[in-house]
Order: sequence, then C-alpha cells, then structure tokens
Amino acid sequence: MKYEKTASNRIFDTTLIVLLSILAVITLYPYYNVVVSSFSNAVELYNGSKLVLLPKGFNYDSYRIVFRNPILLTSYLNTFIYVVLGTLVNMLMNIFGAYSLSKRYLPGMKVFMKLIVFTMFFSGGMIPTFLLVYELQMIDSIWAMILPNAVATMNIIIMRTYFIGMDPAIEESARMDGAHDFTILFKIILPLAKPVLAVITLYYAVGHWNSFFDALLYLRTRSKFPLQIILREILIYNNKTLTSGQGVYEDTQAVSESVKYALIVVSTVPILCLYPYLQKHFVKGIMIGSIK
Amino acid sequence: MIKTSGSKQLVETVRKYKYLYLMAVPVLLYYLVFKYIPMYGVIIAFQKYSPTIPFFENEWRGLHNFIEFFTSVYAGRIIRNTFMLNLYGLVLGFPAPIILALMLNEVRGKIFKKTVQTVSYIPHFISTVVSVGIVLSFVSYDGVINEIINWFGGEKIQFMTEPGFFYLIYTISGIWQNIGWNSIIYLAAITAIDQNMYEAAYMDGASRWQQIWRITLPCIYPTISILLILQIGSMMSVGFEKVFLMQNPSIYEAADVISTYVYRKGLLELNYSYSAAVGFFNSIINFVLLIGANYASRRYSETSLW
Repeated sequence: MKYEKTASNRIFDTTLIVLLSILAVITLYPYYNVVVSSFSNAVELYNGSKLVLLPKGFNYDSYRIVFRNPILLTSYLNTFIYVVLGTLVNMLMNIFGAYSLSKRYLPGMKVFMKLIVFTMFFSGGMIPTFLLVYELQMIDSIWAMILPNAVATMNIIIMRTYFIGMDPAIEESARMDGAHDFTILFKIILPLAKPVLAVITLYYAVGHWNSFFDALLYLRTRSKFPLQIILREILIYNNKTLTSGQGVYEDTQAVSESVKYALIVVSTVPILCLYPYLQKHFVKGIMIGSIK
Repeated sequence: MIKTSGSKQLVETVRKYKYLYLMAVPVLLYYLVFKYIPMYGVIIAFQKYSPTIPFFENEWRGLHNFIEFFTSVYAGRIIRNTFMLNLYGLVLGFPAPIILALMLNEVRGKIFKKTVQTVSYIPHFISTVVSVGIVLSFVSYDGVINEIINWFGGEKIQFMTEPGFFYLIYTISGIWQNIGWNSIIYLAAITAIDQNMYEAAYMDGASRWQQIWRITLPCIYPTISILLILQIGSMMSVGFEKVFLMQNPSIYEAADVISTYVYRKGLLELNYSYSAAVGFFNSIINFVLLIGANYASRRYSETSLW
C-alpha cells in the first residue's frame, strides 16, 4: 500500500491514534482503578474521590483480609480443582472427537458432525437439562461441574477444521509403517497441532475459571462452591459477613468496599498471568476457526 | 475397487478403522445424553411435570402451559426486554468491533497497533461476575461515573434503580468487554484482502477514506453477514449470566428477560413445566429467526450459513 505524507493522511493518522488511545485508556481504566483502589486505605477511599490514579494511603489490609478468609480460600481451591480436572476431560474429549470427526472419508462422520453442529442452533433448554442432571443424581457433585459441559461445539469445530487442514500424507505414511491410530494421533498429529491445542486449552480453562452458572444450578453445599459464586455474593449482593475485618477498622462499609477490590484483583491475576503467554497463539486459533 | 454388498462393506470399514470410531464414541455419547435427551425432555413443557412421578406418567396438559404464559402479566415485559436488549446489542454492539477492526487496520505503527489490540482483548477474559461487579461499582451512587457527572455540575443518578438506564448500561458494558475480542475475526478477514486493489485505487486517486469504504468493507462483507445472521438468530435469547447478575427487583421492568424468568419460575419456584414451556418457546423462536435470517441472506446476498 503506497503511503504519501500528505496533509490529509497526517490528519487521518493522528485522529486514528488519538481515538484508539482513548479507547485503550477507557478499556484499561476500570481495571486499573480497581487495582489501585485495592492497595488504598479503605476509609480514605470510601470518603473521598473514587477517581484514583495512585493508591491513597498505600496498604495491604484488604489483601490480608482476603487471604485470611477460609471460605474464600476453599472456593479458590475448588475452582482450581474444577479447572484442572475439567480442562483435562475437555481436552481428551475434544481431541478424540475432533480427530475422529475430521476423517470425513469414514462413513457416518459427516452425519455425526451435522448432528453435533445442529445442537448449536437448537437446544432442550435450561430446565430439561437441569432435570436430566438431577435424574442422573449428579446434583451437588463434582461431576455436575465437569460433565454437562464436557464439550463445547465451537471448540470441536475449530480443532476439527485444523485437523482437516493437515497434510493427509503424514497420516498415510504412518499408517503404511504399520502405526496404530492412537499412536498416529499422539506421536505425530498432536505435536504438529500445538497452536490449536494451546488455544482450545485456553478457552476451556478460562471457561472453567470464570464459570458460575453451572455451580449456581447444580451445587448446593457451600464448601464446594467455586470462586465465582463466592465472588458473586460479595461483589453483587454485598454480603458483608465474608468481608468483615474483625475490628481492623470501625468502618465496615468502607472495608467491605476495599476488600471487593482486592478480591477482584486476586481472582483475575491468574488469568492475566497466562494471558501474554497464550496471546501469541489464540489469534492464530481464531483465524483457523473463522474459516468454518 | 470391487464393490461387495453395502452393509458388508460398512462392517469391514468399521472394523478396519475401529479405533477411530472408538475415539468418536465418548463425544457422540456426550451429545446424545446432554444435548439430545434434553431436547426430548422438552416434552415436559406439555405436561404437568413433577420429579416425584415417574417420567411417563405425568399428566398431559397440551398447550395449557403456553397459554398460561402468554396470558400472564409478565409475558409482554420479558419478551420486550429480551428483544430490546438484543436490539441495542445489534445497533450499538454489532458495528463496534467492525469499526475497531477497520481502525486498527489503518494504523501504521506496528507496536502501537499490537498494544491497542492486546489491551482491548483483556476485558474478554474477566469473568462475568467480576465485570458486573466492576460495572456496579462504577455506576453506584458514590461511584466513578457519578463523580464525573458531579464534576460537570450535574446531579448524581441512581443508575441501578431506574429501569431507564438498564439497556444502555448493559449494552455499553458489553461493548467494553467484547469489542476487542470480536474485532479479531474481522481483522483476520481483512488480512485476506488482496493488496493490489488498494494500489489500483490509489492510482485512480482514491482517498484513504474512500479506500476503506469501497474496498475494505465490501471485501469483509461475507464475514459481516455471517456474524449478523448468527446475531439475529439469537435475537430472542439473552445470555442468562450477565442479566441475572445485573438485575434487581426494582428494575425488573427493564431487566427481566426470558432466560432469567425461566430460571426463577423453574428453579426457584420449582414450576418446571411452566418454565420449560417458556424456554421451549424461546428456542423455537430463535430457531425460526435463524432460518429466516439465513434465508434472507442467501436470497439478497450470496453468503449464508448453509
């Protein structure tokens, strides 16, 4: 694309940069505000301006309260378990499913795929699904957090598209050497599929970390709740019993606000740490998925 | 290849590739159990279902549940809200990532472009609970937004108790969260555009603005229309989580949608058949809308989902 340094081009570029910068700032600022607020003195923040740029009276008290709270720590652990187990199940199902479905020459595979994609457009609904889980006696068990959403159709589509795009000669020559299908999959295909594997793992893992709907529907015992449910109680329903500082400050309202901020930071940090590492891969993954 | 009889050939193929078929079993089983059985389970919408009675012995009610819903006070409200939230989402939310993608594409500095992109993806990874928590905090009476309003001399507003603001808050916070992520697909489509067209247009004296309007946009039209079809196809469904977290009884007038109503009636009030009927009505409408949108797109442009 030819580019001349004309006046109109310059104005265009400058406007562009200004607008995009504003967008970037607006996007970041809410989170930045939260982080800064979490390190601020609770009472000062509560009584003063919330539009902060730097912490007001730097302190860690909110974090201390968060880490001392047993329910919060339990829910953090629960989420961790759900993420690890859930993603493992997800990936196994997804890989086996996508790989076998990618063999379009096998009778039935195309039909199966159509049936699977159909479920994206029509579903039984919340109530019948809930009742099914109930009938299967999975309510309030870890299985309810793993099985009902063991597979995400979109992710199957993405991975299958990737497998279809791979050179069939690789598989053929491996087969001629007498390799087993499972061997072909694990020793040859998967090592070549690292980008799509990374992306799909990310999708599933983040999905589990952020999930609260399944827990809301299917879990009943408090000690099994994942992080997001507890977060909901604190952030949205203002449950102050979970955020009381046991006499650290007189002003429980202020403290509870401050603890909210610390909580948000603590619950988003793991994702944000993974983020730069995986960002390289998922843009590619979307492009693959977008072909379908 | 010598053709043996059809079914013999089938058995041979399955035997030859038995491991591949084996691999497909878990996934197929999953879809059968967790997707197709609930579809059958929709039948309870036509019954008076109670979990204590064996499944096939529930009393048949036919369309009774549906009629009960449509004649109730709430039907109009929740259908309207579901539709309106989607309409706002369509009018405001749909163009936003496209505009962002177009803008990003024009940026000349690679580092700046990457930075803005990376920043814009971040809100997508924040959970619904947390992002609603942030939104609620920002629009609270003592929150940041009201502070800014105050600065400019205006009066503080109780955002979350007045139904009037709900649609906007919902839509704008949705744009904040998803504009970056949704722009990826458009950016991917843009990179596939033949650069020679720009050269030619430049030779003909087209301005940058014209180039965007007459080359970039039309070239990503297929992508846009597919995504548009998908969005219209879900015009009558609003995701449960975000609305549920943002609503409170004083704004039900604007904030109660079909999915949250189904949840309340079915899971909290245990009125299973009734809420299954509402949910089923929702699924059917969506399905019809999707087919309709796809048909319209196939007829008036050349792209469609199938």
